[in-house]
Amino acid sequence: MTELSSVLPEATLAGLACLVLVIEVFRAPANRAATFWAAAMSVIIVLSEIAMRFPKGTTLAFNGTFRLDIMSAVLKAFVMVIVLLSFFYARDYFERRGRVVQEYYILALFATLGMMVLISAHSLLTVYLGLELLSLSMYAMVAMDRDSATASEAAMKYFVLGALASGMLLYGMSMLYGVAGTLDLGQLSAQVGSGNSHILYTFGLVFVLIGLAFKLGVVPFHMWVPDVYQGAPTPVTLFISSAPKLAAFAMAIRLLTDGLAGLAGEWRDMLMLLSVASMAIGNLVAIAQTNIKRMLAYSTVSHMGFLLLGLLAASPEGYAAAMFYAITYAVMSMGAFGAIVLLSNATSESDRLADFAGLGRRSPWIALMMLILVFSLAGVPPFAGFWAKWFVLKEVVAAQHTWLAAVAVLFSLVGAYYYLRVIKIMYFDEPDAGAVPITAGDDVRLVFSVNGVSVLLLGLLPGLLMSVCMAAMKSYAG
Amino acid sequence: MLTLTHFLTLGAVLFCLSVAGIFINRKNVIVLLMCIELMLLAVNMNFIAFSHFNGDVAGQVFVFFILTVAAAEAAIGLAILVVLFRNRSSINVEDLDAMKG
Repeated sequence: MTELSSVLPEATLAGLACLVLVIEVFRAPANRAATFWAAAMSVIIVLSEIAMRFPKGTTLAFNGTFRLDIMSAVLKAFVMVIVLLSFFYARDYFERRGRVVQEYYILALFATLGMMVLISAHSLLTVYLGLELLSLSMYAMVAMDRDSATASEAAMKYFVLGALASGMLLYGMSMLYGVAGTLDLGQLSAQVGSGNSHILYTFGLVFVLIGLAFKLGVVPFHMWVPDVYQGAPTPVTLFISSAPKLAAFAMAIRLLTDGLAGLAGEWRDMLMLLSVASMAIGNLVAIAQTNIKRMLAYSTVSHMGFLLLGLLAASPEGYAAAMFYAITYAVMSMGAFGAIVLLSNATSESDRLADFAGLGRRSPWIALMMLILVFSLAGVPPFAGFWAKWFVLKEVVAAQHTWLAAVAVLFSLVGAYYYLRVIKIMYFDEPDAGAVPITAGDDVRLVFSVNGVSVLLLGLLPGLLMSVCMAAMKSYAG
Repeated sequence: MLTLTHFLTLGAVLFCLSVAGIFINRKNVIVLLMCIELMLLAVNMNFIAFSHFNGDVAGQVFVFFILTVAAAEAAIGLAILVVLFRNRSSINVEDLDAMKG
């Protein structure tokens, strides 16, 4: 019974997602809001379950394949909140663009289930199943806009590269399984720690890390990120760029520190390489972009490189800093793509940088919120993004990698250029002559405001979230 | 007598073939999907060999899950392929170049 109660949120979500699917099939054709509200209520129910059953310590369930701890509960709660807000953005977008695609909510619910399984995974098998449930739902979401040539091209690229990454990850897993003789991450960790067959474990680790790097989207495995972000409908991009990053972070923590802590010396060096390359390529290529979705995609690549810095500090404080970074990044990224959703209209996605021209005069409030989000992405104090970078850099320096911190700061300065250019375009450029008035609904404006203000509040009170992250990682280490 | 090494070599050869197929192939998206399937089968070969020679059944259970997921993956991949063909009237890999930079 305790086994079942530890997976209650997942079980509920699986049931509710199927129920939403049935509601979508049998609803009256005019009753378009039914699916949206059913999906939103499902997320709220699961969120309240997570909150009510917040764990005090670590429990393993189902023969150690499932791990419920503070980290998983915190990450799942944030995933739920982000998914709920992304539903509001999506509804507004689909209504306005005249293509109501209800599959979005259903696929998003199944993707969320995959994220939850991945976050709590404690065996190679559950890692794989959670990851695939998440990935398969996202491939379908990207291809959702059936008449868009770019969306289907993006979906195909995403699918092929994603499947390749899964294959690499699986090959690595099969090697780890072969050497350790177990799929359980706890037993794997004990086997790795015993010190035998070091070279074979490292061989498996390389493949696992390639798979992980693909999913996080770090250089040199980032080729899918810009194309998918640009080609997918904006609410899908918003979804892909926010909550799954938390799941990918959890996956990295589970595999690298839970299962392969004994190989920390090896994966630290590999992460260092990936991290520096991501920050360099991501920030430099973003400067050349004219499409804001593509620009934010390259900015994602650089942010993921920064997140890896926290992991390679390889201390509970470093993991906590990386967790703080993942959460704030997900919130900021959702807001930045949310602004594009707000500006989109019946004829255009409004995803060119030029579409933001003169936003300061066209809609001062949206421009102000976007200003907060962009400053936060750039890492300007006092916004959340600054503290995220600060905590990570502090741990990197504490781990005796001062040169890495210097490189990170240097590339952040390069990155500030293209972020500030967005602000210049919003406030100092003349609006396009053909600019259409912004017709976003009141609810999505409210959601966007909440999003922007939360970035400001997280920046003013960073200690609150940081102490939660520290508690999560302490429980994890002990 | 077949040993673990034989099976692992076969798995590695299949895996390399599939990766090479994905990167060298410039003509047809369907061939890409075939390569992806082959890759998963190469992994299955590894899992079954390890499972047999280690005397641990968990690897065979993993293979069943991989087979199931591979079926779902093929379904989604082919569905995307149909959408792509309707929009582009082509499944040539070289034609997938609308987005660059």
